[in-house]
Amino acid sequence: MSGVVAYRAVMETTVRVTEPLVVTGPPVVAERPGVMNGRARRQTTDTYRAEVLGCVTDPALTYRQRVQRLAALAEGALEPPAVSAACRAAQAAGVVHDMGEGPAPYRPRYVLPDYALALAGGAAHLELEPARDLDEALALLLAAYASVPSITGYPVYLGDLDTLLEPFVDDSVTDADLDRRLTLFWRLVDRTMPDAFVHADLGPDDGRVVRSLLRVDRRLRQVVPNLTLRVDPVRTPDALLREAVLTTCADGKPHYVNDPMMRADLGPDYGVVSCYNSLPRGGGAYTLSRLDLSASVRRAVPGPLAGRAGAAERVERWLTEVLPGDVALTAELMASRIRFLVEEARFFEHDRFVLDGLVRRDRFTAMFGFYGVAEAVAALLAPGAGAGVSACLGGDAFSRHGTRGTQRRYGLDADATALGQRIVAALADLVAATPMPYCEATGGHALLHAQSGIDTDLGVTAGARIPPGSEPPLYEHIRAVAPNHRHVPAGISDVMRFEPTVAVNPDAAVAVIRGAFAAGMRDVTFDVEGNGFVRITGYLVRDTDVAGVAAGARHSSTFLGAAALENQHLRDRVTKCAPQPPGASGR
Amino acid sequence: MTAACAARDVVAGLLAVEGLVAGTVPFSAVDGPGNRFVVFLQGCGFDCLVCHNPATIPAHPRGAVRTSVGAVVDLVARDAQFLTGVTVTGGEPTVQPEFLVALLEALAVDPRTAHLSRFVDSNGDTDADLWDRLAPVLDGVMLDLKGLDTERHIVLTGTDNYRVLGSLTRLVALHRLHEVRLLLVPGINDADDALTRTAHWLLSLDPRIRVRVNGFRHHGTRAVARDLRAVTDTDRERYRAVLTAAGVEDLTIT
Repeated sequence: MSGVVAYRAVMETTVRVTEPLVVTGPPVVAERPGVMNGRARRQTTDTYRAEVLGCVTDPALTYRQRVQRLAALAEGALEPPAVSAACRAAQAAGVVHDMGEGPAPYRPRYVLPDYALALAGGAAHLELEPARDLDEALALLLAAYASVPSITGYPVYLGDLDTLLEPFVDDSVTDADLDRRLTLFWRLVDRTMPDAFVHADLGPDDGRVVRSLLRVDRRLRQVVPNLTLRVDPVRTPDALLREAVLTTCADGKPHYVNDPMMRADLGPDYGVVSCYNSLPRGGGAYTLSRLDLSASVRRAVPGPLAGRAGAAERVERWLTEVLPGDVALTAELMASRIRFLVEEARFFEHDRFVLDGLVRRDRFTAMFGFYGVAEAVAALLAPGAGAGVSACLGGDAFSRHGTRGTQRRYGLDADATALGQRIVAALADLVAATPMPYCEATGGHALLHAQSGIDTDLGVTAGARIPPGSEPPLYEHIRAVAPNHRHVPAGISDVMRFEPTVAVNPDAAVAVIRGAFAAGMRDVTFDVEGNGFVRITGYLVRDTDVAGVAAGARHSSTFLGAAALENQHLRDRVTKCAPQPPGASGR
Repeated sequence: MTAACAARDVVAGLLAVEGLVAGTVPFSAVDGPGNRFVVFLQGCGFDCLVCHNPATIPAHPRGAVRTSVGAVVDLVARDAQFLTGVTVTGGEPTVQPEFLVALLEALAVDPRTAHLSRFVDSNGDTDADLWDRLAPVLDGVMLDLKGLDTERHIVLTGTDNYRVLGSLTRLVALHRLHEVRLLLVPGINDADDALTRTAHWLLSLDPRIRVRVNGFRHHGTRAVARDLRAVTDTDRERYRAVLTAAGVEDLTIT
């Protein structure tokens, strides 16, 4: 049995276990087999029992994964918060998607505690004393992590660790001491946390802690924690960026963010968590729902886009008559979930992080995700009217990436790329004008986020990314996607795959990072060929873990990554090597 | 007024200079410090057995198109925000000296590209005076030394090495030598005593000279070079040991 077949077999088992039992109430679209799935609804006691039994006897799941899934199954027995029939229909059509968060939100999706407050002043309800030295600081953080609520059951945010720890590192701590302590800390984080959505932030300033963590990270080569380096054109020196690039070459981390752009949008107190989700620190995100732009176009083909209209007219109709409605339906789903969390589950009345002031409700927002820009563009530009769009979205042309088989591809054709940018800008305007309850932290509306896909997405490209395999050369790639970035304050990522030779000259990558930020990128993400790690959405998987996934995996993100690798053809990403001049191949 | 007009005329004159450009690469991590735009000039006075790029040797290959300095500067300017600098290579860039000088001068005065470092990758077979002309607009040269021994140099390249040694000496004096590259071919120019003598001579020019050893590989070479042996890790270890013992401190071996 090949690895893939074996893996399939495991996934079949998993799907059977967590598949929605359906169907009373709204029709339910295909669900992910991930541990976060909670939309299973009870049809009969017998099948529900079979699901629970399947979970507790699934040989591919660890103890913790079973507990997590059992919680999802219990939650899944409930009905989701009420929404309109139109909103249910949009979910059934795959236009609006709840990310499998579960029907009864009882904790925010992403929580970003202000650990600095606890380190300085302690936390009464969490029973944490203020830290006086490095050991106490590390112990306090580990104790706090154990209690952080989140969608994954464990923290997605470990804090801006260098800023938090640097004050505790004085001359009495040697570099060797520091490396040793942080190695233990890093190991403990990896061994006790369930997935690669656990995220720590570094930078933008240089310091001993950031240098040590980059050294330790590339020596340990763990997928946990995920890492972000915040980069300021002035404050972040080349020497620090070089260290970070060497770590990226070794293990794919960190991911780089444009610190001034983030501060301008979110204020100085922000964090990057989970994949590359940027949010207010001391708060977080209640929920993340997402809008499939390609499905929005597809659903409109028999309706507003019907007839033999030309591409230009189709674009105008979709932008003015269809997209605003689908944005409103996505927002309706989000609002219903936020209200349940705040008003029914009353998270902000009992959680210890809230009681200790480490998170505050007025620092929370919601994430409005989108994906499928490339396929939406292809469908809108497809030659011919209705039938043409259907053909593009239906048959073989859509079987791999929805852009294959069309001439004017997003990222490669200037008009198609410009249309993609226009869609993102229009979407940003709509989301900013859509009120969202309890989102006063961000102007009373949700924050836009380029959602980078889940494992089961087929034929639709993450966020506003260019489909893997059809990315243009490096600078063209950056120029094609950079205009999208300013519209997406909650994070957007375009993955640049580099050759491993960049390790011998990290300054080359440093120049590219600085240039990309100057060109308007918010997030810069690399995937270095041949280092044993693959960046999936924003998280990483290790090749060796994927190879063994049929027998299970300690990190639940490995299951998701293995499926995404296959379904989203991530191994097809084009490597950014220098094109050879005619008749020349270097000296 | 007159001076400004004269300056404009000078710049216009630079941009109009034409040369034979074999190709350009907008993104390279292997042609000098940082991320570099690489310009390959056509033509080389050497006829190296081990040339990795033989298509660029002829001075006037069929179908070659003349390109202006202005056109190349525009290409560089478009990508300037991502670049550390520009490297002119070949072929051998010094066989088109007027184009080379005009290109570097134009890159230095154009406000879109002036911040980029300017490097030349050369075999050194040129009159050393050319480096004096280039020095004001040149940041560094990566210079190939195929052999200190003249007889061996002729075997490998078809030409003696007097001008190469002159270029090396002048570039060190001008503080424009970024690194010297030794292309070592097993059995031809990699004997221990030859390496030691080469190292001593280089260190006599500059005790902290940066040396890069490029071990011979078959990739890109002509059929005639296939009979030569490619370097192995064992060779590389020996090169490191011999050159380090001879006193080379800044050493990279690939």
